[in-house]
Amino acid sequence: MAAKPIIAVGEERARRPGHDALGGMIVKWSVIAVSLTFLAMLLFAPLAVVFTQALDHGLRGYLEALAQDDAWSAIKLTLITAAIVVPLNTVFGLAAAWAIGKFEFRGKSILITLIDLPFAVSPVISGLVYVLLFGLQGWFGSWLQEHDISIIFALPGIVLATMFVTFPYVARELIPLMQQAGNSEEEAAITLGASGWLTFFRVTLPKVRWGLIYGIILCNARAMGEFGAVSVVSGHIRGLTTTMPLHVEILYNEYDFVGAFAVASILTLLAVATLIVKSLVEWRGGGRR
Amino acid sequence: MSAEGAVVSARTGRLRQPSVIPGFGLTVGFTTFFLSAIVLLPLAALVLRAMGMEWHRFWETLLDPRAIASYRLTFGASLIAAGINAVFGFLIAWSLVRYEFPGRRIIDALIDMPFALPTAVSGIALTAVLADNGWIGSWLAQYGIRVAYTPLGVIVALTLIGMPFVVRTVQPALAEVERDLEDVAETLGAGGFYRLRHIILPAVLPAILTGFTLAFARAVGEYGSVIFISGNLPMRTEITPLLIVVKLEQFDYAGAAALGFAMLVIAFVMLFVINLVQVWGRRRYVVAHR
Repeated sequence: MAAKPIIAVGEERARRPGHDALGGMIVKWSVIAVSLTFLAMLLFAPLAVVFTQALDHGLRGYLEALAQDDAWSAIKLTLITAAIVVPLNTVFGLAAAWAIGKFEFRGKSILITLIDLPFAVSPVISGLVYVLLFGLQGWFGSWLQEHDISIIFALPGIVLATMFVTFPYVARELIPLMQQAGNSEEEAAITLGASGWLTFFRVTLPKVRWGLIYGIILCNARAMGEFGAVSVVSGHIRGLTTTMPLHVEILYNEYDFVGAFAVASILTLLAVATLIVKSLVEWRGGGRR
Repeated sequence: MSAEGAVVSARTGRLRQPSVIPGFGLTVGFTTFFLSAIVLLPLAALVLRAMGMEWHRFWETLLDPRAIASYRLTFGASLIAAGINAVFGFLIAWSLVRYEFPGRRIIDALIDMPFALPTAVSGIALTAVLADNGWIGSWLAQYGIRVAYTPLGVIVALTLIGMPFVVRTVQPALAEVERDLEDVAETLGAGGFYRLRHIILPAVLPAILTGFTLAFARAVGEYGSVIFISGNLPMRTEITPLLIVVKLEQFDYAGAAALGFAMLVIAFVMLFVINLVQVWGRRRYVVAHR
C-alpha cells in the first residue's frame, strides 16, 4: 500500500527541472530525521514509558494493580460520567449544527464563537465556575446544604464540569459538515411531504454520520480523560469521587508507580483506539475533512 | 413539529431568512438554552463573583508576588513552547506533506495523540522519561541539565500538548503551495533557501501564526500535564491554573475567582487575536491570488 506513492513521488521528482538529486536527498532525510527525533523524544518515549512502567512487576503485577477495588470504582465512575455526558452533548451538537447549518439568522457568528468558548477556557476555570455556584461558600451552597443535595465533591459536579469541557466537540465536527452539505436535499424532502424528523433521520443524518461518529469519539475520549476540571470539583474522595485520571494522580502521589501507570495504560489504549477510529472515519469519509 | 416551526418563523421572520426547513425554533431554542445553562451562566457567575470583590482586594490578589511569578512562568513557558512548536511543527508538517518515508501514515495519525491522551497521563509519562533516572533525564543529567521539577519541564509539557496545533494548521497550507511556482523559481536559478524564504514561507506564514496562537492559548490554560513535571514550588515552578486550585483548596473562593477572571479575560483576548490572525491570513491569500 505504501509502495505506490513512493514510485509516484519519485517520478514526479524526476520530471522536475534541474533537480539536484543528491542535495535533495540530503535535505529530505535530514528534515525527516530532525522531525522524527523531536517526535521520538517528546511523544513516542512517553507513550512507551507508560507501558514499561505498568509492566515493571510483570504481567501479574499489572493485573493485580488493575484488580484493586479503588481502580474498579474509578473505572465505573468514569464510564458513568461518560455515559451521561456524551449523549447529552451529542444531542446538543446535532441541534446546534441543524440550527447553524440549515438557517441564516442574526447572531449566528456570535453563537458559533460562544459554542467554541470552552476550548479557550482553562480546564481549571471550567471546574472553578461550578464550585463558585454550588460549593459550600458558593451562591447556592447554603441552600443546597439545607436541602441535603451535594453537587460539588459528588457525581453531579463531575458530570457538569465534564460537560462544560467536552461541550463543543460534537457541534464543532458537525457544523462545518452541515454548512457544506447545503439545504437542497432537505428542502426537496420537505416539499415532497416528509416530516422534519423523517428528513433529519433519512436525509441529513446519513450525510454527516462519519463526522458525527468522529465527534462522539473525540467527546468520549476527552470526557473519560478530563483531569483539570474534574480535579477541581471532585474532592478526591478515594473510591467515591475519583475518575480514572484522578486515580492515576492519587496512586502516583503515593509512589505506587505500577498502579498509576497501569490505570494510565488503559487511558492510553483508549486514546490509541480513538485515533484508530479517527483514521478509519477519515478513510471512509474520503480523505481529510 | 412543522406547525411549530411555522409559528416561530412567523414570529421571528425578521431575524432570519425564510426557509421551508422546520425546526428553527426547536434547535435554536435548545442550543441557546443548553449553552446558557452549561457554559454562559456559570461563566457569568465567575465574572460577577470577581466584580463583587472590593477593588483593592481584587488587585492585591492579582498583583501578589506569588501570582506575578506564576504569570511569568505560565506566559513565558507557553510562549517558548509555542515557538518551539512553530519551528518543529513546520518541519514535521513538511516531512509529512512533501516526503514519502516508511511509517509516514502511522506518524501522521499519531500527531493527534496529545489531543486524545488524557493530560494526567502525558504528565506522569513525561516526568518518568525526564526524571533523573528516566530514559532521557539520566542522559541529560550527565551534562548537568535537569528538566523534571524545573521551569524547563513546564516548557516540555506545554510543547507536547501544543504540538498538534501547528502541524495540523500548516499541513493543508503546505499542500496548497503551488509547486509550479517553486519549479519556475528553480528553473530561473533560485536556490533551495531562496525558494523557502520567498515562496514557501510567505504562503504558509498565516498557518504557522494561527498554529502558534492556538498552541499558546492552549498552553496558558494547561493544568494536568504540567503539575506532575513542574514540582509546584511557589515562586519558581507554580503555574497560574495551579495557583487557582491552591486558593480553592484553602477555601479562598474570592481569590480563586479573581485569578480565574483574569485568566478568562486573557482567554477572550486570545480568541480575538486568533480571529484577527485568521482574517489577516485569508485577506493576504485573497490579495495574493488576485
